Amino acid sequence: MSAPTLPANAGSSPDSAGHYGRYGGRFVPEALVAALDELDLAYRTALTDESFQAEFGTMLREYANIPSLLYRAERLSAEVGARILLKREDLNHTGAHKIRNVLGQALLTKRMGKPRVIAETGAGQHGVATATAAAYLDLECVVYMGEVDTQRQALNVARMRMLGATVVPVTSGSRTLKDAMNEAMRDWVANVDRTHYIIGSTAGPHPFPAMVRDFVRGIGVEARQQSLDLDGKLPDAVAACVGGGSNALGIFHAFVPDDDVRLYGFEAGGDGVETGRHAASITGGSSGVLHGARTYVLQDEDGQTRESHSISAGLDYPGVGPEHAWLHDIGRARYAPVTDAEAMSAFQLLCRTEGIIPAIESAHALAGTLKIIPALTAELGRKPTILVNLSGRGDKDVHTAGEYFGILDGEQA
Amino acid sequence: MAVAFEKARAEGRAVLIGCMPAGFPTVEGSIAAMTAMVSAGVDVIEVEIPYSDPVMDGPVIQRASDIALAGGVRTADTLRIIEAVAGTGAPVVTMTYWNPIERYGVDAFARDLSAAGGTGLITPDLIPEEAGEWLAASEAYGLDRTFLVAPSSTDERLAMTVGHCRGFVYATALMGVTGARERTSDAAPTLVSRVRAVTGLPVGVGLGVGNGVQAAEVGRYADGVIVGSALIRCLLDTPDEATGLAALRTLSAELAEGVRAVQR
Repeated sequence: MSAPTLPANAGSSPDSAGHYGRYGGRFVPEALVAALDELDLAYRTALTDESFQAEFGTMLREYANIPSLLYRAERLSAEVGARILLKREDLNHTGAHKIRNVLGQALLTKRMGKPRVIAETGAGQHGVATATAAAYLDLECVVYMGEVDTQRQALNVARMRMLGATVVPVTSGSRTLKDAMNEAMRDWVANVDRTHYIIGSTAGPHPFPAMVRDFVRGIGVEARQQSLDLDGKLPDAVAACVGGGSNALGIFHAFVPDDDVRLYGFEAGGDGVETGRHAASITGGSSGVLHGARTYVLQDEDGQTRESHSISAGLDYPGVGPEHAWLHDIGRARYAPVTDAEAMSAFQLLCRTEGIIPAIESAHALAGTLKIIPALTAELGRKPTILVNLSGRGDKDVHTAGEYFGILDGEQA
Repeated sequence: MAVAFEKARAEGRAVLIGCMPAGFPTVEGSIAAMTAMVSAGVDVIEVEIPYSDPVMDGPVIQRASDIALAGGVRTADTLRIIEAVAGTGAPVVTMTYWNPIERYGVDAFARDLSAAGGTGLITPDLIPEEAGEWLAASEAYGLDRTFLVAPSSTDERLAMTVGHCRGFVYATALMGVTGARERTSDAAPTLVSRVRAVTGLPVGVGLGVGNGVQAAEVGRYADGVIVGSALIRCLLDTPDEATGLAALRTLSAELAEGVRAVQR
């Protein structure tokens, strides 16, 4: 097999069956194929349907506070020796980039004439976004969430319920995101006639990875133009955290054809990849099949999925979107792990220098950025400009961070 | 496998296919369970390779798979179990999610499955479009290929999928995960007749059968009645292994009687 190459004059795109090189595809029960075909047709129609695009654009603008700001983080920049631009997805309605994807998929659900949506969620951000879109577009909503995560993210559980969604704690397996995804798949197989499964990342069977990417790629389209408007040139590098990888692909995609712009994806290194307690599927995993696609997976010698570990519930997933697997293999994007401790240190730095409390997920992007600054500075012979996707805000993580830093009164262990 | 279907056809009845995860409750325990099923009248044993993320399966099979995995069962143990059960003379087919096979090596697994006396693979999350390596390996080692068809499959897909099957076709009788239900599916007879319109291969129907009456009902129109969760539950809800095995024998015999209760 010849090495996969980038298609000319475009970002990365899969073949018609959803393959990115050897990754992606559809590894699903036959019972779901008809629904995936229906979705693929609806999504491809929507891509070129002006009325869909207009409605989607209006929803993003008038409801979700999008385009998000590009922010020059000057105090942070002075502190770290590089010029840092933050794409402020944390300021979107519901507090993360996720709202872009769910509004797109919820609108598609309406177009397909289905009255019910289901979703899986880890940190709860995707669940909250889905519950929000369901309330906004009058859809019935059920969210599957690992029992462990319902405890780590109790506030988001309450948010979803306030928005009218049913939250189902999942008690099978490791009781985290992957198990929530299993339960959502089961629900979908059983109720596919009237239900759309709003997958929350660029993962899962075709067309989900490409479709979710297309709904979130506005992040990069906006940031690229905002960089040009601000500096008259593109940044030297773009950095994002990678769990399933939607915020990263969202900001990468528009830059993929820009050869001079380096793309960095930072995975959750947990206690350190060498300890085995991490969620770094690309840097610490291997090729396999999980949740409907071939991609990098954390697995044992027999192909059983290994449990992932991260302080960030949103990155705590043992797989990654297939497009990232491919971008890694062809060398277009570079991936590296960031430990819990490094992420929390960057979390604190951003709080103290900029008055911004980031999601712990996004703190991984920032922590990784700090690590590449010396080499990038040396390579360029000048101070680099790095665009970092601040994919979400940290309200949901206040308890976790408070415990981590030991600053919760009356709750010291 | 073909022999089992021919024999049953000559007797004017459907084949009874009983499913059990390898290594549940233990490696030796699963061999004892499958052997007991054969002696109680189950015609074909379907050995499921336990997998951490069985999205097509309901809570019963997931629990049994988790128990097997927690006990440390390996893919190599599954092959050993298949060899032992094939020794009873009953055909043994394997059901597996795709990742364990991909990890073992598709060609290596086909070689070792064939050597262990397994007849072929049922692949619940592998559709023919993604099955290139498996199509080649199953040809090389003469193994059966059972892909799934569903009520939602279009005529075109159904014909394509069935065209890639060898041995028998697995009709998922209702839209949903595995697990015994109070009623079996109305969609099943329609699906079976759609399959028959495009192939002479036997058609097995799975999902939902839990007792002799239901086995008889499905056996009226299908060539194979596939039972999993109800059999597994005998070993899950049991105070000790002997009681579980006794319950398993009783249910197996009831199901075997069920498929023999109707003449086709």
